[in-house]
Amino acid sequence: MRKFIFGPKALLTAAVAGLGFLAGPVSASDLTVALAAEPTSMDPHYQNLTINNSMATQVYDALVLQDVNQNLVPGLAASWEPIDERTWEFTLRPGVTFHNGAAFTAEDVIATMQRAANVPNSPSSFATFIKGKTFDVVDDLTLRISTEKPYPFTPNDMSRISIIDSAFVDATTEDFNIGAASYGTGPFTFTKWLPGDVIELSRNDGYWGTAVDWDNVVIRPIGDGTTRAAALIAGDVDFIERVAPADLPTLESRDGLSVFKSVSNRLLYMTLHMTDDPIKPYVTDHEGNPIASPFRDVRAREAVSLAINRQAIADRVMDGLSAPAGQFSPEGYIGYSANLEPDAHDPERARELLAEAGYGDGFKLTIHGPAGRYSNDTRILEAIAQMLSRIGIDTDVETMPASVFFKRFSRGGPGDTPEFTVAMSGYANGSGEPSHPLRIFIHTKQKERGYGPGNRNGYSNPEVDRLIEDGRSSMDIAMGEMAFIQATDIAMREYALVPIHHEIATWAARDGISYEHGALDSTFIHKIRPQE
Amino acid sequence: MLAFVLRRVMQSVVVLFVMSLIVFSMINLVGDPVDMLVNPESLPEEIDRVRRDFGLDQPVHVQYWKFLMGALSGDLGNSFIFGRPALALMAERFPATLELATSALVISVTVGLPLGVYAGLRPDGWGTRIIMGGSVLGISIPTFWLGLMMIIVFSVVLGWLPVSGRGETSRFLGIESSAFTLDGLRHLVLPATNLALFKIAMVIRLARAGTVEVMALDFIRFARAKGLAPRRIVLAHLMPNILIPIVTVLGIEFGTLIAFATVTESIFAWPGLGKLVIDAIVNLDRPIVVAYLLFVVTLFLVLNLVVDIMYALLDPRVRLQGDET
Repeated sequence: MRKFIFGPKALLTAAVAGLGFLAGPVSASDLTVALAAEPTSMDPHYQNLTINNSMATQVYDALVLQDVNQNLVPGLAASWEPIDERTWEFTLRPGVTFHNGAAFTAEDVIATMQRAANVPNSPSSFATFIKGKTFDVVDDLTLRISTEKPYPFTPNDMSRISIIDSAFVDATTEDFNIGAASYGTGPFTFTKWLPGDVIELSRNDGYWGTAVDWDNVVIRPIGDGTTRAAALIAGDVDFIERVAPADLPTLESRDGLSVFKSVSNRLLYMTLHMTDDPIKPYVTDHEGNPIASPFRDVRAREAVSLAINRQAIADRVMDGLSAPAGQFSPEGYIGYSANLEPDAHDPERARELLAEAGYGDGFKLTIHGPAGRYSNDTRILEAIAQMLSRIGIDTDVETMPASVFFKRFSRGGPGDTPEFTVAMSGYANGSGEPSHPLRIFIHTKQKERGYGPGNRNGYSNPEVDRLIEDGRSSMDIAMGEMAFIQATDIAMREYALVPIHHEIATWAARDGISYEHGALDSTFIHKIRPQE
Repeated sequence: MLAFVLRRVMQSVVVLFVMSLIVFSMINLVGDPVDMLVNPESLPEEIDRVRRDFGLDQPVHVQYWKFLMGALSGDLGNSFIFGRPALALMAERFPATLELATSALVISVTVGLPLGVYAGLRPDGWGTRIIMGGSVLGISIPTFWLGLMMIIVFSVVLGWLPVSGRGETSRFLGIESSAFTLDGLRHLVLPATNLALFKIAMVIRLARAGTVEVMALDFIRFARAKGLAPRRIVLAHLMPNILIPIVTVLGIEFGTLIAFATVTESIFAWPGLGKLVIDAIVNLDRPIVVAYLLFVVTLFLVLNLVVDIMYALLDPRVRLQGDET
């Protein structure tokens, strides 16, 4: 006969079950989030910095909002349309109030623009989006914004500026940091900020859009990736961003946690110097004598691209957290051209191309890049150097801290010219408009017109320039986008840059939480929702 | 005595001045803050505007002169990143670091001293071998790795303590600290222990060496011969004698705890000075880096001075130079 008693095992199970009950969420309606960095200020107009901007969208709204793939959607403006070649008319949303109860009108927009363009001590101001525009109030809920020349991107620019109550037009950055002025119209109200420690937000019950589900949100900056993952596993936080590649398998295989991934718009690329002026010390013949850059020849540039095994980098260096790239935009994102594919690895063809370009015997090359700025940046460069050496380009790698790299990258050479022959860097489109990377990297450098500030290799194609400029002055948005895709096709086939990959952004949460994610690798708290 | 202190203060001012000159000129050789601050999508004139506003368009010696004039009136400049006075930012973060360093110091003395004395009293015991072996580990294991291991064991596997952050703080005797709330203490235990481990090992070694040395001296033998209880010999005769060198070393070590808690603060996301400085170095926030280095120099100058004065007060045999004039 078998006795029926509780064995130690059963007791343990019961105890664990009990603990599980105790360890559950304290309240289904509070959320704790760990972010990798924290904003430099709670003033939405203080610094044009990704983390500041994503935090600002929690408390404030812009006239135009961006969805997770940076498509424009109505915000404090219910609609907008061009009324002539130089003027956009914005129809504002009626019945919206700020967190302090003040009604939102066109006057608040005027006050916001005044303040945002002139914040004292701003390390990177929003004036870029405001200068050259004239704002006219038609009535309380109608606003006209005109520019001197036709400009199709006024709505994009307006999506970058958080609207504040006109009562705070003279408020200082400190007033926003301590909460004295931080009354927006956004989904959350600002509760408090202890720098380095915690940011607290509460739900805005009167939000004009879909109200968020959480009563209160606590945001903790945890810079170290492993600590962040540990905080999630231990149940200290409910949601984290940027899972370290090494921790990803652990989190994915663990019960009670879910991981979210999406291909981000953060591109890693190489730029190849393509003029013979000046001759730089980083390309030499086998005896070490500097020679003119071989990358003046498009075939040598193509050889570099074909030599790179992007899939191997994704699998072995990035732990699966990158997607091979053939252009600025990932698929499904603004400005994406369906005509372009990432180059397949083809060292044979690469060697042939080098020979055709007259470099069959190879040459010596030093490639440069930042260390610790992008995910695995140094290891990627080392992998690429090996791949280039295999097609006959004897390649050395030199990396340095980002603070040193960017100065040399943009003006470390003679006469403040870019210093490097081949360098790797990163780019993510923050503006949500497709001509952005073309204007910065592809257009011939024309400083006074704002074209080509990131064009460091001397690429110049008049046809591409014309397409970019035409698109940027066409009020017909669809026409403009076609011009940009055409320009992208030409520039990428001429290897104006060599795209490597798009990073894959990651988030993780305890079960029962969903996250709406897209091509942006920053975190938007109001997109975190409890699962139904 | 007064002459000694005055002379030391004068020397300190010179050291500070030389340090500020070195730090300021060295940091101006590294990169350009504008590249780290201005969003690349900005108009070209934005770069010029920031350079002008932050005084970076001036030659280095002019920038230094401005800095020096400001420093003399107690203003070490504004942080480029936060747009607020560097001193105010540091003052904001200092309490968190101070409480971490103090807790680590308390832990290292309360744990290290008894263990070290025990090891000194029983040089051949099994316990001693374990203690001394442990102290070798404590000195040689990297803080970074150990911190992560502590998080995995005590927070993830056992679930006893929170992973990171400072927790709730409260005010007691005018001091705001997380040591006065249960939640705050729970947050404090892991980082403080992590920071203390190296010091515990050091205190053990100092206490053991002192004990072995003092126990062999005549007055201890005499006390034994007199029939005093072992407890009294240790507490009343041994302790005061081994404490002098330990206090001296810990005085300086307290400075290193405050100045170099950076690694521990980064792992445990402790909102102290270390985290502020790391971010400042990465982003070329020059005013913060300069202010922090000057703060650390001042800290050590003051601690050294205090230790020297204490020495003179504790031990009349120590002669201070200033007395001779």
